[in-house]
Amino acid sequence: MHMRKHASLSTTWALIAAAILLYVPANLMPMMVTASLLGSQEDTIMSGVVFLWQSGSWPLATVVFFASVMVPLLKIIALIYLTASAQRRSRHNLIQRTRLYRLVEFVGRWSMLDIYVITILVALVQFQGLATIQAGPAAVAFGAVVVVTMFAAMSFDPRLIWDPLSDPTPRRPDHD
Amino acid sequence: MPAPDAHLTLPANPVACHECDLLQSEPRLAPGETARCVRCGAVLARNPPDSLDRSLALTLTATVLYVIANVYPLVGLEMQGRQVEVTLIEAVQILWKGGVEPVAALVFITALLFPVLELLMFLLVLVPLRLGRVSPRLATFFRLVRSVQPWGMMEVFLLGMLVSLVKLSHLATVLLGPAFWATAALIVVLTLAARAFDTRLLWQTPVAESGR
Repeated sequence: MHMRKHASLSTTWALIAAAILLYVPANLMPMMVTASLLGSQEDTIMSGVVFLWQSGSWPLATVVFFASVMVPLLKIIALIYLTASAQRRSRHNLIQRTRLYRLVEFVGRWSMLDIYVITILVALVQFQGLATIQAGPAAVAFGAVVVVTMFAAMSFDPRLIWDPLSDPTPRRPDHD
Repeated sequence: MPAPDAHLTLPANPVACHECDLLQSEPRLAPGETARCVRCGAVLARNPPDSLDRSLALTLTATVLYVIANVYPLVGLEMQGRQVEVTLIEAVQILWKGGVEPVAALVFITALLFPVLELLMFLLVLVPLRLGRVSPRLATFFRLVRSVQPWGMMEVFLLGMLVSLVKLSHLATVLLGPAFWATAALIVVLTLAARAFDTRLLWQTPVAESGR
């Protein structure tokens, strides 16, 4: 009925490493380039959050900050913790770790928020001669972070958290 | 997949939790009840009332909403008498021409392609079930539907539209198109459809029919 995931730990490690590498340019490079009569302006994810905060919509600034900056970062940290503890065959905090895994799986998709924001901004602000908005290189890196961390969460098999409980018994049913 | 009668020493109706692999017996569920794993709390089974008819009706509604959400403009801007409106496909095209093809592809896949795949695949499971044609292949196919689900991100897309409109609201008047509301309704209806579906129907019906 349910299949085990192949090479779960090594796949997850590889994807976590890729996510960390991509996270850096995603946050440092410009996400959005606005060209207008007044000149052109480059925005990173953080400067976009700051702009929202200063223009008074601090609830949205908080949402974007969490979805774009905190969620990917915490997701990477949580996956490192889950994968490392499963590899050590830790028997501690089993329920908490299972809950953490569910949270990671549930919350990851919301990081895509900034990609959609860019999509709509680019599509709508095309007033030729007045102002145009283009997506910057960080958008590609950021999209990749979201996809890679989602794959990392999917490749982690939560049953590995519980496997050490059956360690003392020599018989270990291996599903393939 | 071993046949159920391969495990002779197990309790009646054994189920393995899909999250922690604990074997336990599945209780009989009254309509509306949910069975959770005794160890890790994962949802093992639900018994939604009137499952097939409700999920089929909701999925058909979702299909209509999906068409509206993609044919009509989502959002628009009005500035100095000029009005711009975009549909989802146009937005993806503009992004593609702007030189960030991977991002355009990602938006296309997550906001447009996978939601419709999810809808069509769900219908492909529900319609044969409703007509009483059950085959083991349906269950395999349903696993594919499950693997598509995390990649449909319409609810995130809806929030993204709201954020971008707030960003633009000081520049111009923002307009919400019919597709915006259709997308909002689609998210609700699709969630209800998935919740209304009892996955055990995929497994139980052939057993009942073969007279066990």
